[in-house]
Amino acid sequence: MTHNLILRLVSKTVIPLIIVFALYVQFHGDFGPGGGFQAGVILGSSIILYALVFGLDAAEKVFPSTILRLLASLGVLLYAGVGVVTLYLDGNYLEYTVLADTQIAGQHLGILLVELGVGIAVFAVMLIIFFAFAGRGRP
Amino acid sequence: MIDIVIDITLLTFLAITAVAIVRITNLFAIIMLFGIFSFLSATMFVVMDAVDVAFTEAAVGAGISTVLMLATIALTKDQNEKQSVGRISWLPLAVVTLTGTALVYGTLDIPAFGDPEAPAQKHVAPYYIERSVPETGVPNIVTAVLASYRGFDTLGEVFVIFTAGIAVLLLIGDKRRKSTPGRNEGGENDA
Repeated sequence: MTHNLILRLVSKTVIPLIIVFALYVQFHGDFGPGGGFQAGVILGSSIILYALVFGLDAAEKVFPSTILRLLASLGVLLYAGVGVVTLYLDGNYLEYTVLADTQIAGQHLGILLVELGVGIAVFAVMLIIFFAFAGRGRP
Repeated sequence: MIDIVIDITLLTFLAITAVAIVRITNLFAIIMLFGIFSFLSATMFVVMDAVDVAFTEAAVGAGISTVLMLATIALTKDQNEKQSVGRISWLPLAVVTLTGTALVYGTLDIPAFGDPEAPAQKHVAPYYIERSVPETGVPNIVTAVLASYRGFDTLGEVFVIFTAGIAVLLLIGDKRRKSTPGRNEGGENDA
C-alpha cells in the first residue's frame, strides 16, 4: 500500500487525531465512557494503521519489540505496584484511600494510576500480537 | 417506542449479516461482515445504555479483530472457503433448533429489560449507585466499579491480556532468534 497517495495523506492527518482521542479516552474515563482498556486499544490501532499504510518495518522502528515487551510488563507492574504501595501505607492491597490525605483524592490517584497501567499493558500487548501476526508474512 | 423500532431494525440487520456470513465463501468478505456484525452489536449496546461495553466492542471486535484476521488471511494462499455441496445434515439442524427453542423458552422467565425489581439489580447495584460518587468521587460508575471496587478482577484481566501477549510471542513471535549467527552456523555445520 506504499504507493497509495490518498491513503498516506489521510492517515497522516488522522493518526495524530486518533492518538489525541486515545489520550482523551484514557484520562477522561473517570467522567465519561472509556478507560484504560479502550484507550490502549485505540492507541494501538493508530500504530497499526501506520504499519498498514507505511509498512511494518517503519512501525517497528517507532516501537521496537524490546520496548513493547518492557511496556507490557511496565503496565502490569504499575497496576500491581499500586497495590504493593498501598500495602506499605498500612492499607489493604489496592485500597487506594491510603494513597492521599482524603479518601476522594486517594481514590482518584489510585484509579488514575491503575487505568494508566491497564492502558499501557493493553497498548503494548495489542501491538505485540499484531507485529507477531503481520511479521510472519515477511520472507 | 422508538427504542423498539431501532432494536428490531438492528436485530434484523444482525440476522441478515449472520446468514450472509454463513452463505458467503469468500474469506475476505466474511471478515468484513464480521466487522459489520461487531458494529451492529456495539450499536445494540448503545441502545441499551451500555456505552462502555459498546466502546470496547467497537474498538476490539470491529477494529483489532478485523485487522488481526486480515493479517492472518494475508498469509493464506487460498482466499476461498472450501464449500461442501450436497445434502442437508439433519442432526446438526435438529440440535441447533432444539437448543434455540430451549434458549427462547428460558428467556420467558427473565425479568423485563431494566426492571428495577430484577434480582441482578437488587444485589450490589444499589450500593454502587448510592455510594460510588461519595466514596470515590468518580462520576462514571463503571470506572469506579472496574478500577476501585473490583480492582482485583481488573488486575486479573490485565494479567490475562499480558499472558495472551506472552503466549503469542512464544508461539509465533520473535523470528530473529532463528537468524542469530550462532544458530545459523550450527545449522550449516549440520548440513
